[in-house]
Amino acid sequence: MSLKAFHIFFILVSTLLALVFGVWAIDDFGRSASGVSLALGVGSFLTSGLLVCYGIWFLRKLKNVSYL
Amino acid sequence: MSAIDLPYQIEPHPVTGVTSGKLGIWLFLASEVMLFGSLFSSYVLLRVGSGMEFWPSGVEAGLNVPIGTFNTMVLIGSSVTMVMSWASLKMNKLGAFKGYFATTIFLGALFLVVKAFEYSDKFSHGVFPWVGWPEAGDPSTFYALYFTLTGLHALHVLLGILPNLWLLVFGVAMWETDRERFTGRIEIAGLYWHFVDLVWIFLFPVLYLL
Repeated sequence: MSLKAFHIFFILVSTLLALVFGVWAIDDFGRSASGVSLALGVGSFLTSGLLVCYGIWFLRKLKNVSYL
Repeated sequence: MSAIDLPYQIEPHPVTGVTSGKLGIWLFLASEVMLFGSLFSSYVLLRVGSGMEFWPSGVEAGLNVPIGTFNTMVLIGSSVTMVMSWASLKMNKLGAFKGYFATTIFLGALFLVVKAFEYSDKFSHGVFPWVGWPEAGDPSTFYALYFTLTGLHALHVLLGILPNLWLLVFGVAMWETDRERFTGRIEIAGLYWHFVDLVWIFLFPVLYLL
């Protein structure tokens, strides 16, 4: 597996983490009404979207590089 | 072939389909999976065995989630700059490689500095891995695992920064003599770096959120 393939896997896992963390932070905001938790939650969902966009851009940029 | 030339450094091995270096780093990373896997297993067994009421979440134990989040972003960013440094070499852009690679090293060092501040905050509050072990309700079992897992991970980050620094300062001279081989070395460094970052992607939710 090349660095390209490992990076795509890494970005996928990071996107999942961002989504899970977003859910955790919003849930924490529901319990504590903490502004920090709300900011973390919103930021996390935005980050997950950014990571998906980055992943697509990365795949296009390195389309000629092998996955092996 | 001279006596010191190793086979399949540039062209892939006909059986494995990858270079010797890439095969070597994947075998090494497999051993690392077993190392961290055994520690994660210890975490699960200790947590399940403790009874849920005796196990604090990261927030309850006093861990700072925003700081942990910041460090997670730092490491994700460092993986992006690492892969971009490799891609720059693929496109024959040495200047861009240096910029991205130096940024990767900086972000790795930043992660360690932030981690050191977190550790020093815990020490200043009398929190150590061995204090109060293992009384029910006391977070010391949690902190023993926290310090073991994050300490071992931080050691891996440090052991990634050092060869990366060498590659940036001295190893880059190989670019003039053997570009493909140097690009292969950066890819191998990148695979290790991604593995270390991936470990943190699992450590962060396990220790800070659950």
